[in-house]
Amino acid sequence: MTRSYLIALQVLVAVAAIAAWHVLTTVPIFGVTVLPPFFFSTPHDVAARIVKWFAEGSIWKHLWITLLEAMLAFLIGSVAGVLVGFWFARKPLVAAVFDPYVKIVNALPRVVLAPIFVLWLGLGIWSKVALGVTLVFFIVFFNVYQGVKEVSLTVLSNARMLGMNERQLMRHVYWPSALSWMFSSLHTSVGFAVVGAVVGEYLGSAAGLGYLIQQAEGVFDVAGVFAGMVVLAAFVIVIDLVVTLIENRLLIWRPVAAETRG
Amino acid sequence: MSVMPHPTTTPSVGKTDVEPQAAAVTLKGVGITFQLKGRAAFEAVRDVSLSVTDGEFVAIVGPTGCGKSTLLNVAAGLLTPSAGSVAVFGAPLAGLNRFAGYLFQADALFPWKTARDNVAIALEIAGTPTAEAHARADEWLARVGLAGFGPRYPHMLSGGQRKRVGLAQVLIRDPKILLMDEPFGPLDAQTRQIMGNLLLDLWSTDRKAVMFVTHDLEEAIALSDRVVIMSAGPAAHIIGEWRVPLARPRDISEVRLDRAFHDLHREIWEALKGEVLKGYAQTGG
Repeated sequence: MTRSYLIALQVLVAVAAIAAWHVLTTVPIFGVTVLPPFFFSTPHDVAARIVKWFAEGSIWKHLWITLLEAMLAFLIGSVAGVLVGFWFARKPLVAAVFDPYVKIVNALPRVVLAPIFVLWLGLGIWSKVALGVTLVFFIVFFNVYQGVKEVSLTVLSNARMLGMNERQLMRHVYWPSALSWMFSSLHTSVGFAVVGAVVGEYLGSAAGLGYLIQQAEGVFDVAGVFAGMVVLAAFVIVIDLVVTLIENRLLIWRPVAAETRG
Repeated sequence: MSVMPHPTTTPSVGKTDVEPQAAAVTLKGVGITFQLKGRAAFEAVRDVSLSVTDGEFVAIVGPTGCGKSTLLNVAAGLLTPSAGSVAVFGAPLAGLNRFAGYLFQADALFPWKTARDNVAIALEIAGTPTAEAHARADEWLARVGLAGFGPRYPHMLSGGQRKRVGLAQVLIRDPKILLMDEPFGPLDAQTRQIMGNLLLDLWSTDRKAVMFVTHDLEEAIALSDRVVIMSAGPAAHIIGEWRVPLARPRDISEVRLDRAFHDLHREIWEALKGEVLKGYAQTGG
């Protein structure tokens, strides 16, 4: 299967879905509109809304706020996850003592923390960053912990026989191994940073994509809700592309599974 | 056998004067018992005494699972024996054996470093400036037949090429003792012969003391000055030693056609055969 053929098929799916949406919301079948536009809007209205947002430039502020919250959540969550992951992996007693608490906090649906963060940190960006951090932290933490724990014994013995001291082992063995595990979960952790930001905005804020969707929902503006979702989806895809680029650069030493031809 | 060791003040064997007569590695009455979780203790090796003189190439042969690798780990200082003592150049070994370079059976290269960085790191951790370490790493890659492969990562190399990088990584530090744990085990027969010749070629330039563990008797005879045969485990011990009367320099593929090679092979095999069968019987094939 050639690449262009595949892309053509993929585009076809989108066109068919939008066409179906359009027909079902605008063309009455036996006198009945299957999907009432009041609840389902129409592709045309949604597109017009998106164009309007970008033409007026009002959307940029919301995009920027959401991006800022997600980036801060990712950075703070990652740094904390790396540090704690390293600490736990190198100090088994600490890991054993905190093990039940880590499990309890990780089992807690993080959304219930959002009201607490709003109370503590206000309606600004920091309550959203905090929510994102609680999501990102555990992903990075578990991966770094695993990465340090699962360093190949042979590689470790080899490093020691070559004369590495504890500090050099950290730098040349544990650190790269932990980072490779962390990078392999980059898509998940970045995705969760965005989830934290948007959910936080949705639950109470003054700006951001989540705020936009929540406002539209509040006045039964279905076109606004759908438009917000489309912009959010595009935003996430762009971020995912950037992450893929970064990942390819950082994990250049990783073997790539042989590509199969169909 | 070694003379009485000089006690040194440094924890591992220090850079004190090396006694000329002292053997490179001396194992005396070494026993290794592993305490298995929730089960009885497992005695891997019992009462092994073995000494490797400076410049000697000793091959240790035994059936799979007889504790040969364990013995090598003891000589490397990675494992403390439950009984007996280890001396390196006459001084008792405490901690890691700083005189030894160790070529492992499994992949031991750093997968996140290029071939050049993998070799250079061995010098860099000892304080050699990066530029110089890289230049010497390139020289060593050329010596093991991998000129131009420096920028490749381990996963881009074949099994044999990875072993070559490993050899360069170990030898660039110029260790006085070389410990090799079935280093060519996972390679195909042709590559093993080529690697064996490469090893002998590199070894002949400065004749380090070598402890070479293998389960392949032919490989052991072709490479070494002395073949040590171990019994099947548990409680593996040495059941015999043979000097190899073949002249050097040798070509691995040609030396196998030698009459003396065949005679020695038959003689050792007679002794080893029973142990191999015993090993199979215990592991169930």
